[in-house]
Amino acid sequence: MPSATASQTIGPFWHLLEDKAWADLTRFGAAGERIELTGRITDGSGAPVTDACVELWQPDPLASEIWDGFGRAATGAHGEFRFVTLQPGPVPLTGGSNTLQAPHIALTIFARGLLIHLHTRVYFDGEALNAEDPLLASLPPDRRATLVARPDGPGIWRLDIRLQGDGETVFLDI
Amino acid sequence: MSDAPFRPYAPGSQPPLDAPAYRSTGLRHPAQALVPLPTGHTLTERRAPQFSAQRYLEATDLSRTASGAAQGERIVVAGQVTDEDGRPVPGVMIEIWQANAAGRYNHPGDQHAAPLDPHFHGAGRVFSDAEGRYRFTSIKPGAYPWRNHHNAWRPNHIHYSLFGPGFAQRLVTQMYFPGDPLLALDPIFNTVPDAAARQRLVSAFNLDITQPEWALGYRFDFVLRGRSETPFETLLEQD
Repeated sequence: MPSATASQTIGPFWHLLEDKAWADLTRFGAAGERIELTGRITDGSGAPVTDACVELWQPDPLASEIWDGFGRAATGAHGEFRFVTLQPGPVPLTGGSNTLQAPHIALTIFARGLLIHLHTRVYFDGEALNAEDPLLASLPPDRRATLVARPDGPGIWRLDIRLQGDGETVFLDI
Repeated sequence: MSDAPFRPYAPGSQPPLDAPAYRSTGLRHPAQALVPLPTGHTLTERRAPQFSAQRYLEATDLSRTASGAAQGERIVVAGQVTDEDGRPVPGVMIEIWQANAAGRYNHPGDQHAAPLDPHFHGAGRVFSDAEGRYRFTSIKPGAYPWRNHHNAWRPNHIHYSLFGPGFAQRLVTQMYFPGDPLLALDPIFNTVPDAAARQRLVSAFNLDITQPEWALGYRFDFVLRGRSETPFETLLEQD
């Protein structure tokens, strides 16, 4: 059997697909604790990554007719992205597991210069479950901090992403 | 069953993040090793958003707009989405985007001195059917220059984005055309280490897909990562 099809870069012109409405996951009418998730993506020289496609997926709240848990946003001239979504709750480790992962959001980053997308996660500062989350617990404190968003105003969470160099974000081997 | 973790990528099947021949990887690849999940794939990686065709409407004819037909060689691309165990994957949302016949994207960032086509936008969407099959109509995209190195030209290609039933299966790739002399020179295509995996990015001309008096046909199949249970193990479980 052939192996999974090889990835290739999304390139600089993926915006042909872009629908700006997708950055708001509540656009189909889902109700709950509405939050804004924002941040900047920078490269190894500190320059903003202005052509990235950022995708957000959260398995909690559970999918419904008005909520598919998915969003997509383009980075702007300063490398910034912005999503409107619902605050996630804890997520079971697996389907039949009683172990809970701390509330988190999965982010994937696609861009020119990325031959395969990068996976990372966004956790929320101050969540009690963070201390027991298997992924967070496996990381040294300085690296763990790169996955934890901090409040940046009422209902606003901020997490900057550094692709390379000082403070490099933890990217996951999925 | 449907919540099983996914197998790791086969060695050599995927391009590296650091590929010096493709210059843009230089400042964008993480310098530190990717971190494995200590528990393996969790629910977050095993499940994925399910896109409804009612909300995400199909657009399967890129070869024309409401006001007229695009310039260029009309093509039909068809194929199947399976997993690594050869099982068809239905309901996969496939997004498509490409340059026009002259090698220009309908995108403000594309300044290549080739004409835009008022009847070609260059984006589409199709869902795989119950047998994992998909099909769309377009025009053959042109080659275009890029500034990676002196006299660098991208081979003709179509971009794809696929969403499978697990988030770990997410795939963004490019499909190439058979016999293209630019393939041997293209740093992006050649970043895929395994020659067979690389070759599977090249579509095949297909006379059965070709529509008489209308459009040339190309076959292109996608393979998404397989779950860790093999069909054999499944069989044993059922016994």
